[in-house]
Amino acid sequence: MTSPPRYQFDIVDDCATLRLEGDWTVHTLDQVQPGLSQEPAAGAQRFSVDLSDVGRFDTAAAFLVDRVACQQGRMDIEVQGGTDGMRQLIDQARALRPEPEEDVPPHESHGVVDLLERTGRTTSHLANEVIDSFAFFGETIVSMAMMLVRPARMRWSALVSVMEDSGLDAVPIVGFLSFFVGMVVAFIGATTLSEFGATIFTVELVGIAVLREFGVILTAVILAGRTNSAFTAQIGSMRMRQEIDAMNTLGLDPMDVLVVPRAYAMLIMTPILTVVAMLFGIGGGAFVSWVALDINPTVFFNRLQDLVPLQHFWVGISKAPVFGMVVALIGCRQGLLVGGSVQSLGRSTTKSVVQALFSIIVIDALFAIFYMELDV
Amino acid sequence: MSETLAIRVRGLKTAYGAHIVHENLDMDVHQGEIVGVIGPSGSGKSVLLRAIVGLKTPEKGTVEIHGEDVTGLQGEAFRDIQTGWGIMFQDGALFSNLTVRENVMVPMREHTGLTKSFMQQLADQKIRMSGLATKDGDKYPSDLSGGMRKRAAMARALALDPPILFLDEPTAGLDPITAGAFDKLVRELQQALSLTVFLVTHDLDTLAATCDRIVVLGDKRVIAHGTLSELRDMDQPWLRDYFHGPRGRAATAGAS
Repeated sequence: MTSPPRYQFDIVDDCATLRLEGDWTVHTLDQVQPGLSQEPAAGAQRFSVDLSDVGRFDTAAAFLVDRVACQQGRMDIEVQGGTDGMRQLIDQARALRPEPEEDVPPHESHGVVDLLERTGRTTSHLANEVIDSFAFFGETIVSMAMMLVRPARMRWSALVSVMEDSGLDAVPIVGFLSFFVGMVVAFIGATTLSEFGATIFTVELVGIAVLREFGVILTAVILAGRTNSAFTAQIGSMRMRQEIDAMNTLGLDPMDVLVVPRAYAMLIMTPILTVVAMLFGIGGGAFVSWVALDINPTVFFNRLQDLVPLQHFWVGISKAPVFGMVVALIGCRQGLLVGGSVQSLGRSTTKSVVQALFSIIVIDALFAIFYMELDV
Repeated sequence: MSETLAIRVRGLKTAYGAHIVHENLDMDVHQGEIVGVIGPSGSGKSVLLRAIVGLKTPEKGTVEIHGEDVTGLQGEAFRDIQTGWGIMFQDGALFSNLTVRENVMVPMREHTGLTKSFMQQLADQKIRMSGLATKDGDKYPSDLSGGMRKRAAMARALALDPPILFLDEPTAGLDPITAGAFDKLVRELQQALSLTVFLVTHDLDTLAATCDRIVVLGDKRVIAHGTLSELRDMDQPWLRDYFHGPRGRAATAGAS
């Protein structure tokens, strides 16, 4: 359907003539552009282009012809043949010629200096991030306290809706995963303890591990992946669509409207989810003990009651509100930091999940040291 | 105006759930003409555009491009059709992780075999053509103002010199001078390349300055079509308000 583009470039008596044939469109130019760009400058006094035998001709072709003229050092082009449209395109291309200094392709730098620069930037960024996170934490605490003083300002519907979205709706996944983790702990205990003929101690193993650590950590990790990213995405997209700016101009404090309800919701729901996780985790352990170790549930729960002190439960549950706050604060903060572009939303969401997971593990380690010192 | 049809829509029905946007809509766009589509807000102008370019699957009816039925076309065959049109979306829809120059280069990269340096220069030319400065090519869409984003989107839509150009509210939110330059650009390109332009707009000045023919949507179908002066004399309540309201009078007075 299209005929390939061909050209003939002659220089006769100071006049450079470019004769074009065939279809010259952006789809066919790749066949002639490299050759045409390498035609040497001949110092001709006139530049003329013959379009008599050209089929189709578009802006890309006009641009190429104009560029050849530039290479020949000619500012004006004599056009022979061709339609008015083609002449118009060539005139347009000439009118839009780049300034000479603009024609330099952009420079991209890579190398050791770049690496060092990035390392430095990241380090100082990290320090700032920690400081800003604490500042945001303080700001939120103040707002939350204000809300306690004047509960009428609380957004109750927002609070309940967040509690449902990130609390109630997370129950199935928290329950399921805890059940399986409880099973895994029981299996590990069973295989290791059976070597000593002490399989019955699986009960203590499951009880202590799930109550003290796994219940709360699993809940926190699931919330970090599920709720934290949702907070960042919700608030971030509101920021991108200038909804936060609108709130500010209407006299609404985004802190009160967005952050505080989320923080309270997490403060309430994380302990509840943790209890759910503990119940399911112990259930998983009891199930494996019953099926694989012939410890029937009555024995399992009696032993659990007698030999696993309640303090393990309190140690576990005491961490839940802290993790809940961490998830809510990091999620909201990163959401508020989103800029105008879609890319920054993605970056913020990634960052918020990574920061939340990191903080949860670090804080859990600090708690472990703290309780060890207290001997509980 | 030649008698070949660039776009032919017959019996189109589109719906979102139970909400019917178009029903039994017929519309023709001839080759080489600029058609303006107007209608009250919510009359489905943008949805019509989306249905024609295949972003919204119609419930019923056919869309033909250059005589070829493209309704429900998929895969390679659809991709070939797609190179035949350029679309400028309402708020630009530039890829935010690419610079303006890279945005303009995307269609070239995908559909032509040009060398990278030539593509860059050609992209710069398109950027200048749409009225931006060459150095704006290095900027990211988030660094641009609304009007600049529109022009960058125009540059991308024009990247392959497509025979059919779809413009969704190209001049909305632009200052009158820029909008005027935009109208002139569309007109010039249309003449030079004998483009077919499908233009959704609210802007009376754009209608007066660029469009050969105007199609009026309303009541889920095309309620009127014709040239500006024909429509102005029609006795249809919405059109009367549109052309003879305070804004309509000013614009048509300016055009004549």
